[in-house]
Amino acid sequence: MANVPEDLHYSKDHEWLRVEGDVAVVGITDYAQNSLGDVVYVELPKMGEEFAANESFGSVESVKAVSEVFSPVSGTVAEVNEALNDEPERVNGDPYGEGWMIKVRMSNPGEVDSLLTAAEYEDFTKAETE
Amino acid sequence: MGGRMVDFGGWDMPVQYPAGTIEEHLRTRTHAGLFDVSHMGEIDVRGPGSIAFINSITSNDASKLIDGQAQYSALTTPQGTVIDDLLVYRFAADKFTLVVNAGTTIKDWDWITSQPRDESVELRNVSSEYCQLALQGPDALKMLQKLTDLPLEEIKYYHFDQGEVDGVPAIVSRTGYTGEDGFEVYAAADKAEQLWDKILDAGNTGSPEGVLPCGLAARNTLRLEAAMALYGHEIDETTTLLEANLGWICKLNKGAFVGREALAKQKEEGVKRRLAGFEITERGIARDGQEVVIDGAKVGRVTSGSPAPFLKKNIGLTYVPVEFAGEGQQVHIDVRGRLVAAQIVKTPFYKRAQ
Repeated sequence: MANVPEDLHYSKDHEWLRVEGDVAVVGITDYAQNSLGDVVYVELPKMGEEFAANESFGSVESVKAVSEVFSPVSGTVAEVNEALNDEPERVNGDPYGEGWMIKVRMSNPGEVDSLLTAAEYEDFTKAETE
Repeated sequence: MGGRMVDFGGWDMPVQYPAGTIEEHLRTRTHAGLFDVSHMGEIDVRGPGSIAFINSITSNDASKLIDGQAQYSALTTPQGTVIDDLLVYRFAADKFTLVVNAGTTIKDWDWITSQPRDESVELRNVSSEYCQLALQGPDALKMLQKLTDLPLEEIKYYHFDQGEVDGVPAIVSRTGYTGEDGFEVYAAADKAEQLWDKILDAGNTGSPEGVLPCGLAARNTLRLEAAMALYGHEIDETTTLLEANLGWICKLNKGAFVGREALAKQKEEGVKRRLAGFEITERGIARDGQEVVIDGAKVGRVTSGSPAPFLKKNIGLTYVPVEFAGEGQQVHIDVRGRLVAAQIVKTPFYKRAQ
C-alpha cells in the first residue's frame, strides 16, 4: 500500500503539499511515483514563475511515459529542487522528502482548504485502482 | 508476479514487473530477462507449393532457407510498404510457420488468404495454440540448458531445433528482439505458466545475477537500443522497406513478389527519406510522434523515442530526408514546445560484444 503521510494535503492529480508558513512545498505522491515507475527526468520551472492553482508547472518522465505536474495552489515559485536534475530517482526513493519539487509562495493560502486530507486521498486512490 | 498490466492488441500484458523497466533492461544486457510474448501470431503454411507461395508474398527469399532455419522478412503491399514484418520458420520444404505481430495477425491472415496460391497450399491461423517465451541475455543459454537435452550451443543464430523443455514438446529458436543472444521457446498454449515458472527457477530469479521477468516497456527499450524496427512505429503501410533500411530483406532478384516492382523502381531512383537514429545532446527526452526540426523546418517525426537505460542516453529513430540522414547532422526535436538539440548517429545504438 502506498505511503500517505497524515500531515500533508493532496490533490486529485497526485501532488502533495506541505504548508510552511506562507510557503507550500510541493511534490508527487508515493502512489504517483509508483505508478510512473523509474523517474529518469524532471522538468521544473524557474524561480519567480507564477502559477495558478491546478496549472501545470513541469513534468516528470519515466522510461515509458511523461506526466505533467500541477501546482495545487496559486503562487510564485520561491525555490526549485535543483538536485532532481542530476538525481531524478530521488522522486522514487523519497517522494515526500528529498524528492520534493518546488516551493510556492502562496498568493491565496485559503486554497489549501479545498485539497484532500490524507484519508480522503487514500480513498481516492483506492477508487482509482478499482 | 505483481506486474502492472496494460491492454496490448487485445492481450493483457505486463508493462513492467516490480523490479522496474530500468532494472529489467540492464539485467537482460548483463545476465538474462524472460519475456512472455505469447501474443505473437502464428500462421502455418503447408503443402508442396509453400515455398513458392511464401516467396510470392514476402520480400526476403524463403527458398534460401534450410530445414531448421528462420528468416526475418516482410509482407509487402504492391507499393513496397509494409503490411507486417515477420519470421519465416522452415520445418521442411512443405512445412513452414510464419510468426507475425499480435496487433496485425487478423489483417495479415486476411491479406495472406486473399493472395493467389496453388491449391496444394494449406493455411492455418494457429496463433491461439502456441505460447511463446523469450529468454534473452548472455546467460540465457546456460539457464535454458538446465531444462532441455537439446544441444543449445549448436543451434546457430536464426536457426531452431525441436525437442522438450522441462518435458514439454517445444520449438527452441535462437532468435530475439533485444540485441542479445538468446532463445525463443514455442510450446502449447496451456504450458505457458509451467515453462515461465521453470525458466525463472532455472535462471535463479531473485538472485542479483539471476533472470528477471521483463515487461513490454523493457522489450521496447531493448529493441530500440538495438535499432530494431517496431511495426506501427518505424514501419507500416506508409513506409517502404528501403526507406526503413530493410533493403537487406528485399531480394529483388528472387522472382516476382508483391511490391517488387515498386521497390526496384525506388532502389533505382534512390529513396528520398531514410530511417535514422539520433541522440539527444542536451537535457530532454524525445517521445514518439514529436517533430524533428532542421533550421526551423519540420523534416520528420520521431517514430520511437525513449531513454536508453544501458547506454544512459536519450535516443530515438526518425525518418529524415536523405540529405539530412548523415552521421553528425544536427537536428532539433520539438519536445512539447521546447526545441531540444540532437544529432544523427550511427545505428544500431547498441551492439553486443561478439
